Amino acid sequence: MKLQEIREKLDLALKSSVQSLDVEVTAAYSSDILSDVISHAREGNIWLTLHTHSNIVAVAVLQSLAGIILVGGRQPEEDTLERANKEQIPILTTKLSAFEIAGRLYELGIRG
Amino acid sequence: MEIRFNKTLEILYELKVGDAMKQEVITIGPGDTMAMLNDTMSKHRLSGVPVVEGGKLVGLISISDIISWLIKGGGDALIQDWMVKDPQCLYTDQPLIHAIKRFDQLGYGRFPVLDRESGQLSGIITKGDIILGTLHKMEHDYSEEEIRQYRASHFFEDINADHIDLSLSFNIAGLDFDRAGIASTTMKKNLKRLGLQPDVIRRASIASYEAEMNQVIYGGGGTMRFNINDEKIIILAEDRGPGIADIDLAMQEGYTTAEPWVRELGFGAGMGLPNIKKCADKFEITSTPGVGTTLRIEILITGAGNETTRDT
Repeated sequence: MKLQEIREKLDLALKSSVQSLDVEVTAAYSSDILSDVISHAREGNIWLTLHTHSNIVAVAVLQSLAGIILVGGRQPEEDTLERANKEQIPILTTKLSAFEIAGRLYELGIRG
Repeated sequence: MEIRFNKTLEILYELKVGDAMKQEVITIGPGDTMAMLNDTMSKHRLSGVPVVEGGKLVGLISISDIISWLIKGGGDALIQDWMVKDPQCLYTDQPLIHAIKRFDQLGYGRFPVLDRESGQLSGIITKGDIILGTLHKMEHDYSEEEIRQYRASHFFEDINADHIDLSLSFNIAGLDFDRAGIASTTMKKNLKRLGLQPDVIRRASIASYEAEMNQVIYGGGGTMRFNINDEKIIILAEDRGPGIADIDLAMQEGYTTAEPWVRELGFGAGMGLPNIKKCADKFEITSTPGVGTTLRIEILITGAGNETTRDT
């Protein structure tokens, strides 16, 4: 499923200025330990986290993730957005908790 | 027809009639009526239909036969009375260039295509199918060529020397979480430009990131040096930090000495060194408390066999 479609269906807010959300989301991963994410997430995954600092962009670039969803209504820091825009990493936000949004993604057929 | 485009000509020899033909063929039986044929042809917008009996092609009937039938009054008649018997055919294993010559010679709009062994009808081919098939093949070859060019290690192929060793280094600032990870993400791009295999790039980037983060978190900063030759990537991470007293303990997953505020940022979970080890083909760590720590990580470029056996 394309990130654009996920964004529409789950009513996610797009925060970074990416050119296109026409990327295929292969699976999802939810974790707040960065080492865990770079060791277990895979290319094209969408990542659920509550971290907002700029290192999440580095992790997404390293693993070629499809994008990052910040959960629980958290907003990205300014330099996080700056780096995300530079690296063309989509950052989306939701008011829902990680558990809730993971469940919705699962309902859409996205697997881990 | 004279074709001078060598590449295209190659494709026309390489592609077989079976590759370009339509496999789903609408057919009619010799005992069916001409009225049925009329319906079938207008419904599917066809200009010719193969006549098949028991899987075997027995004739071909086209719009010109319908016109002849209509001129004669269009009365009750069977397909077998109006069809062209034993029509000209092509075989699935013939090169497409042969089909083009046949179209040229005979001026037909379509040829039924037979399987040579069974003699059964396996498809139908028109000039349009030949054009589409050729374009698909060209598109496919073009994108393959693009990928190949992208991945090929141009760098090491184009530069001539007995031994090539590319050295890149970065200074890492301690506890600067805003700039943390930049050396490794920059290196990932550099490795991509060198055209290395995706798995090698991924493992080198992860190992590099973990080493870089260790210098940011514990090492009070340091240097990261990447040496790349045609066999391997060597990452040398040196810091002048507090050092590690018990390396075996530090290598255990989950063991950490990170301060709580660092852990709140998602770092210092005790997975860094084990992650590096998983990604590396060779990993050495030397450390002296009070002096500093040095990591030497090797990732092999050749021997792509690693790709399938690893699970990091």
